[in-house]
Amino acid sequence: MTEAEFEPTIVAFCCNWCAYAGADLAGTSRFEYPPNVRIIRVMCSGRIDPTFVLSALRWGADGVLIAGCHPGDCHYVKGNYMMERRLNFMKNLLGYLGIEPARLRLEWVSAGEGGKFAALIRDMTMEIRNLGPSPFKKMQSA
Amino acid sequence: MGEEPNIGVFVCHCGVNIGGVVNVPEVVEYAKTLPRVAHAEHNLYTCSEAGLAALKEAVKKFNLNRVVVASCTPRTHEPLFRSACKEVGLNPYLFEMANIREQCSWVHAREPKRATEKAKDIVRMAAARSAWLEPQTEPELEVKDSALVIGAGVAGMTSALTLANQGFKVHLIEKEEEPGGMVRGLHKLYPTLQDASEVVNPMIEAVKSHKNIELLTSTNVTDVGGYVGNFDVALSGKYGEKKLNVGTIIVACGALNYTPPKGLYQYGIYDRVITQMELDHMLREGKLGKPERIVMIQCVGARKGEIRAYELESFPKSDTAALLRKILKAQKEEGWPYCSRICCMNAIKNAILVRSQYPETDVVILFGDLRVYKEYEDFYAKSRELEVRFVRHIEEVPPEISEGPENKLKVVAYDMLAGREVEFPCDWVVLSTPLRPRRGEVLLERMLKIPLSPDGFLMEAHLKLRPVDTTVDGIFLAGTASGPKDVPESIMSGKAAAARASILMANKRMKAEAITAVVNTDLCIGCGLCEEICPYGAHKVEEGKSKTVEALCRGCGACAAECPRRAIAMRHYGEQQILAQVQALLFPKGFEMEGA
Repeated sequence: MTEAEFEPTIVAFCCNWCAYAGADLAGTSRFEYPPNVRIIRVMCSGRIDPTFVLSALRWGADGVLIAGCHPGDCHYVKGNYMMERRLNFMKNLLGYLGIEPARLRLEWVSAGEGGKFAALIRDMTMEIRNLGPSPFKKMQSA
Repeated sequence: MGEEPNIGVFVCHCGVNIGGVVNVPEVVEYAKTLPRVAHAEHNLYTCSEAGLAALKEAVKKFNLNRVVVASCTPRTHEPLFRSACKEVGLNPYLFEMANIREQCSWVHAREPKRATEKAKDIVRMAAARSAWLEPQTEPELEVKDSALVIGAGVAGMTSALTLANQGFKVHLIEKEEEPGGMVRGLHKLYPTLQDASEVVNPMIEAVKSHKNIELLTSTNVTDVGGYVGNFDVALSGKYGEKKLNVGTIIVACGALNYTPPKGLYQYGIYDRVITQMELDHMLREGKLGKPERIVMIQCVGARKGEIRAYELESFPKSDTAALLRKILKAQKEEGWPYCSRICCMNAIKNAILVRSQYPETDVVILFGDLRVYKEYEDFYAKSRELEVRFVRHIEEVPPEISEGPENKLKVVAYDMLAGREVEFPCDWVVLSTPLRPRRGEVLLERMLKIPLSPDGFLMEAHLKLRPVDTTVDGIFLAGTASGPKDVPESIMSGKAAAARASILMANKRMKAEAITAVVNTDLCIGCGLCEEICPYGAHKVEEGKSKTVEALCRGCGACAAECPRRAIAMRHYGEQQILAQVQALLFPKGFEMEGA
């Protein structure tokens, strides 16, 4: 596979109330974005256990997106803050494991931000495409 | 897991919405090859009567115990398909949806090949998740048929009377000595110009004499525990300490009129700089004298800057609050970003009152934007007929107020239309200030676990769809507690909150959340982290083990992610149910291939 042909696989954990609804709105509004993302619905971004992210990367995902409600908007009061608290720890851990921390992103997308969701996926797909396949994927195919 | 999963996949064309982009028959054929899939078919519209009939028939014919519908978003159609499953005897939680419209065909319209591949992935992920689904039940809770209404202003009294007239017992508490709230202190109300007392006094009489209302004045809430249908409330006041057990709570604690800090537009320095509220009182008491001119300034403290009042008020001693205060100090004018909604009408009302009472008095209103909505436009027109002068000034150049000759004040503002400074000698300067949340709301927020909006008001569950609900079941908002409202709007929200509360109480029972946390007591070490982080108080450590109070749990799953012993599982969003989707995505030929 040449670099030019590389199409990354991105796993996106979206909270039901904001980000998932934002992704729906991107659809309703017909905002196009590259078909590289697969969305997994969770009730709250606070549900995302670090092992979910690590598992996804270990099994060959090229990038992981966690998307939740904006600070102050969490349907469960503060789940998004709890997720944000875990993020630095997780990024450090990824660096330690030899995975570019940029492969993991936490973003706030409200139910009204369909345009933002589409732009985010375009941006992240581009970024991961530039990073190339995840080191784990390379190991698997080796 | 009980019986082996027997999955049925139903792929919807949604007319051309999906079928026009995604090759639906190809997805169906693909679905048939997936593990544990016993049946797959496509429908023109799975949500139509014919589609649902086909689904139900297939469940019976193929003995399906898992149903996957690949169509639109679960946020709109999941309830429909769940009830179809229920009708054929399948637990609704054994249903899973694959969103191939909003998140596939609609966003990849120009890439049909890749959209079809993505749809296959989405279906495969949903099928994998469905295999791990378990039946869930929504526990039923009993709802006590009594309500607590916090605050006896027009909104609170309206809620209390509405509920009491339906036969529910209402405890109406008020921290002041008398009920009536802010309106009791007002002179006239817009747009009818009737006395505020005409509106509020009959309500006060009614709540005092209603047999179903227990009115407790000079009383505060000191603690709230329990959950929807069964709240334990502690009160403290002139009647001493009191404990109540109620089914629902309506929060109608009102708002405050913002008093500017000393020095803002010379307020507190010249006694002839007053607020609209003070002008209102002077008009009622006839103490205004016979002024030659009154200048009103709109949006004092409103629609200003991005001041995060929440942080300032919730954590007054924090570094952030100190920083915010510094910013406030650096700005010439203190304020909040929101529009307080009532000030334009209030200023016009007072201007009309002054012009009709003292025809010799000139009234000038300095405004940046004037917001008179619905039928209030007529009221504005009336003020123009009465020759109230509206001067649009540039708000970024705040008017300057100084002492002028002959014991008068002098206001210098920048007239936007004239494009120059204008000067108004006057007797009174009246500041239109916004409604601000009560500081006590921060305490209430903590007690009731209702989030605050960025402006510091109690926040509704959904701005459009659930305007009087809160994120806490059984607690509703009425009146200005959730943001500035005038009297008709407060009454409307009071009635709306009562209607929402009465639905719960009239049904006597309600279904609670099925998606809750489950603690594995064998793994739990009783560290208490879950108890600490749960925003709903749904975890309690007792005898060294955490216990979930299911009625309080809302199913966010933060505890499951935080638990260091991985002792907490989430119903319907369990680790295996989530990871099955990741596995299905990344190992399309089956998870077994890992390490092979």
